[in-house]
Amino acid sequence: MSGYLESVLVLLAINTVLAYGAFLPMVAGQLNLGVAAFVAIGAYSSGYLSQTYGLHPVLAAIAAIVICSFAGWLVAFPILRTRGIYLALATFALNQVVQGTILNLNVVGGASGYPVPAHIGFPVVATFAVIVVIAMVALFHTRFGISVTAVSDDERVADLMGLSVRGLQSAAFTAGAALAGLGGALYAHHFNYIEAQNYGVLFSIYVVLYVLLGGTQTVYGPLVGAAVFTLLPELLRGSAAWRYVIFACLIIAIMSLRPQGVLLRKSWFSR
Amino acid sequence: MVLEVRNLSKSFGGLKVVDQLSFSVARGERLALIGPNGAGKTTVFNLITGVYPADAGSIVLDGEDITTLPSRFRIRRGLARTFQNIRLMPHLTVLENVMIAQYARSPGMAALLQPVGFGRANRWRTEARAALAEAGLESYADQMAGGLPYGIQKRIELVRALAAAPRLLLLDEPAAGLNPAETEALHQALQAIAARGITLVVVEHDMQFVGRLCQRVVVLNFGVKIAECPVAEIHADRRVREAYLGTDELAA
Repeated sequence: MSGYLESVLVLLAINTVLAYGAFLPMVAGQLNLGVAAFVAIGAYSSGYLSQTYGLHPVLAAIAAIVICSFAGWLVAFPILRTRGIYLALATFALNQVVQGTILNLNVVGGASGYPVPAHIGFPVVATFAVIVVIAMVALFHTRFGISVTAVSDDERVADLMGLSVRGLQSAAFTAGAALAGLGGALYAHHFNYIEAQNYGVLFSIYVVLYVLLGGTQTVYGPLVGAAVFTLLPELLRGSAAWRYVIFACLIIAIMSLRPQGVLLRKSWFSR
Repeated sequence: MVLEVRNLSKSFGGLKVVDQLSFSVARGERLALIGPNGAGKTTVFNLITGVYPADAGSIVLDGEDITTLPSRFRIRRGLARTFQNIRLMPHLTVLENVMIAQYARSPGMAALLQPVGFGRANRWRTEARAALAEAGLESYADQMAGGLPYGIQKRIELVRALAAAPRLLLLDEPAAGLNPAETEALHQALQAIAARGITLVVVEHDMQFVGRLCQRVVVLNFGVKIAECPVAEIHADRRVREAYLGTDELAA
């Protein structure tokens, strides 16, 4: 496989993982603009573990899942007390806090970035991404899929139907944080260098855009969104300087034709 | 007694919406809760299902005091309801809406990971489809609930409530907005539900409908119970006429 194709596929795999990280809270009705905070926590914590303790990078990535689950679960309680636009603002603030903290942490290089020598190659990154997609498809074929949509549609009725609204909301937020952390760990160990500057709110907004573009109505939406956002700029490489202008225009065109996202659904269970 | 409500009270701000209300419902009974607009009927349903906490009084379901039981556990005790303003989940299909209520019969949180989507023969999906078919709604099963006509949504809400296998079903204005043919079909459906041994409490303005369906009536006015009698005697009750039509003294 050519180096170019491989580098594009690595980005596709990581972006897909991240997209599911943003998708999970979004189907539960939460606009999480703090995805990059968990990406950063995942990247830095796994990097620190493999760098300082010589932990195998794959184990470090799995550790990042655990750490970000815990971090997500911890912030879910205060953050999910807010609703709608306030929830978006609270997660935005979380993003700033985490980014600012890492920039001031000299143990991981602070503002000068953090080299992560241990390497995870393309096959492992791809395997993780495939596992994530399969796990998500499976998850949305269980009662969780319809329950989490019910919670975002009508909290009151979902509660009266016996669903734990808070439980489902924090589960979705926590699982999303875990996937974001995994994406961060894979990025850190594939590209071997991370900078906190990258994990700002713009990063979070990009990931949210993957999901919105693909659509939140089917479990395949994030996959499509991540693919469009990763592959389209590459296909436009021929037009060099103008490619991001063309890319942005295409995104606007797609969103105006399909405001609910590229993929619409008939049922969680239909293909 | 399936349901016993004792001295139930609820105020919003300074307004007493439900005041010292007591009534009980026997197993298999069909009770109507009637009263003028704003009498507090829906609030009574909201208190029984736990949408609001009660200020005072108690609610006993099948001998168990559920006054302080969190709302989400009440459906697991066999208490299901429909809503005055239909509340189906608009982004779920009709089938999925029905399946949401099945969760009330599952052992607990772990059931959230129950597969309900793989394969044609999934037990829960088959069951929900059969329930829709029984109500003559099978053709809507795979449509999104949000865009369906009002009358259809009302029927789906009833199927959804039944999917929780309730012993007591609270129906909030089930006949409102239905044409005579739909009202008749609803009457038949509710008779069939009652025949299965499910106790019904109905809030309804259509007195002809109430007269045919229910055995007993509790009348509320400004949150206070003003009458409780067999349905046949309701028209003879002076306080009820006054609540609806005003008093003779004032008119004179």
